[in-house]
Amino acid sequence: MASSVLTDSRWIARGAERTSLSRFLLWLSPWTVLLAIGVYAAGLCLFYGLNQTNMDNRFAFGLWIFLDLGVIALGAGAFFTGFLVYILKRVELKPILNTAVVVGFICYSGAVAILMIDVGQPLRAWFTFWHPNTHSMLTEVTFCISCYLLVLSLEYIPILLRNRQLRKLPSFLVFEHQLHKLVPVFAAVGTLLSFFHQGSLGGLYGVLRGRPFAYRTGFLIWPSTFFLFILSAIASGPSFLMLITATVEKISGRRLVPPEVFRRLGFISGVLLGIYVAAKSIDTLVWLNITSKAEGFAPWQFYSYKPFGTPILFAEIVLLGLVPAFLLTFRKTACHRGWLLTAAAMACGGILLNRFVLTVQTLALPTLPFDEFLQYTPSWQEVASFGGVIAYGVILYSLSFRYLPLFAASKGEDEHVSGN
Amino acid sequence: MSARYGMVIDLDLCTGCGSCMVACAAENNVPSLPQSTARTGLTPIVVRKVSNKMAGSARRETFIPIMCAHCEHDTPCVKVCPQQAVEVDKETGIVMQMPQRCLGCRYCMTACPYHARYFNWWDPSWPKGMEKSLNPGVAVRMRGVVEKCNMCHARMHSAKEKAAAAGKREIDPADYIPACVEACPTGAIRFGNLADANDPASKAARSPEAFRLLARLGTEPKLYYKSKEAWVRALAESNPAHGADQSQEVQRG
Repeated sequence: MASSVLTDSRWIARGAERTSLSRFLLWLSPWTVLLAIGVYAAGLCLFYGLNQTNMDNRFAFGLWIFLDLGVIALGAGAFFTGFLVYILKRVELKPILNTAVVVGFICYSGAVAILMIDVGQPLRAWFTFWHPNTHSMLTEVTFCISCYLLVLSLEYIPILLRNRQLRKLPSFLVFEHQLHKLVPVFAAVGTLLSFFHQGSLGGLYGVLRGRPFAYRTGFLIWPSTFFLFILSAIASGPSFLMLITATVEKISGRRLVPPEVFRRLGFISGVLLGIYVAAKSIDTLVWLNITSKAEGFAPWQFYSYKPFGTPILFAEIVLLGLVPAFLLTFRKTACHRGWLLTAAAMACGGILLNRFVLTVQTLALPTLPFDEFLQYTPSWQEVASFGGVIAYGVILYSLSFRYLPLFAASKGEDEHVSGN
Repeated sequence: MSARYGMVIDLDLCTGCGSCMVACAAENNVPSLPQSTARTGLTPIVVRKVSNKMAGSARRETFIPIMCAHCEHDTPCVKVCPQQAVEVDKETGIVMQMPQRCLGCRYCMTACPYHARYFNWWDPSWPKGMEKSLNPGVAVRMRGVVEKCNMCHARMHSAKEKAAAAGKREIDPADYIPACVEACPTGAIRFGNLADANDPASKAARSPEAFRLLARLGTEPKLYYKSKEAWVRALAESNPAHGADQSQEVQRG
């Protein structure tokens, strides 16, 4: 009797080998503790207010915004893989599509959860839909992220309904089948929404005339950061997917996707990263020589505040941009799994550094002639809240990996899970 | 736009006494928050002390009150607010903040070049008994919303009501004077309609000694400063200087 209680094999896809339930629960336990601490910290922020953070009137955005921008960029693999598979018909990437959806869902739902803690009046979030300021980049971000999270949920449901037990319910089976037919439409809508909100997230800072370090001119109403954010997100998204998949392969001890998928993702990521690095370099030169000077600022002065010197600019463009772009596209290194994953990690690191520079460095630098350079250290509540989101992501992914056909082949999905 | 209310602060007259800050706090029901710091406090006006960075007898210092500059063109905070909680009043040119609609996202604070916007990090509170001295004409703001100088909007309403009672369409300038202007013991702050060429504030704004902070951003701020001291005007035009001696804030009493 006891053994039947402690087993969940009926819920695991037929043919898929998974670790015992007790080991699985052991794996989940530290993440559950981290999640509980995160929920407690978030509760403190919601109950007592944002005085629980170390943000202030000048450092009005902090760790949360930086990490939100980071995970949304890394989560771009979801829409971009859907775009590649369903719009550009790159069917060889289909084995990674389900995991892309789950990773995207985790990234976006986590980011939205943190945003809800980060605002002073979360119950007024609907005001943005009721009184939208169509000139604000944040309005566009709010609309597109909300809609895209809905799309991701709709993409996640068919995967969820492919669970072995849920499939036994005829109504679920029909619903899943009908939803599955719409997935290409979701992919197209998701692509459109994602292009806009990724861009608008870049535009958030690019439009800030009062922050000369971030301010950029651009095309019509969009600053150059709008386009750079789209490019960098679609460049880093596939790399992040590779890293997640490789990590799961390492932990589970199984090959989950064919090596060609990694190479293809790496090549796409590398080419896009190369284009991004070129565009970012041009943008930086234009900002240094035209935009900033036109506003009456000495741009190099912004790099005189330690630790935000020119090495960060070098790291962002060359070390974590140009170098991984080369490693991901050069045949010899791209065929070597170690190099491929190292380059993918560097690419993701570069994009995170870019988000850090745009969010944290921008606010630390002075604008008024008598302003001073500011420092900010996040409070434990800020760190723990985000730790909770990471724990939520690990738990949801672990549950999805155990009970859903995440790495199914294109045919006979849940019966013949390749390599599981 | 029928009026463009603005201010001209004569820095040569400012003694840094902080009366403007106290008057602003009292008029606008700014809570008393002993737990706040210089970086988390609610001070719609901050008086900062700056110097020419020289030593010895060559050293010169002045006070610069910083508040919302009520930018008129491409107003940074208005443009970014996702739910139209900030707007430029077309009748007065005053940048209005609606705390009742504010989400508390703080994007406007990030956008403001003058750092003249403040977040209510705590629930408003006052020492016991002090709540009896609150201004009934001004709503207390709740935790989690942004606020800033609104040029004592309640006083403008009172002036309008007085004008309406007298059957007039226009308010008498003598009836609408912000608290900081009224409280300044040296008369360093002039307030008026900058669109009226005969208004004393407008004349002062056109003086060769007048200048605006970060005017080069092109946002047309309506907060002017005035000084006969060349180094003060040069400082206003300069870039943030690395390693400069840091400005100090005058604490509200």
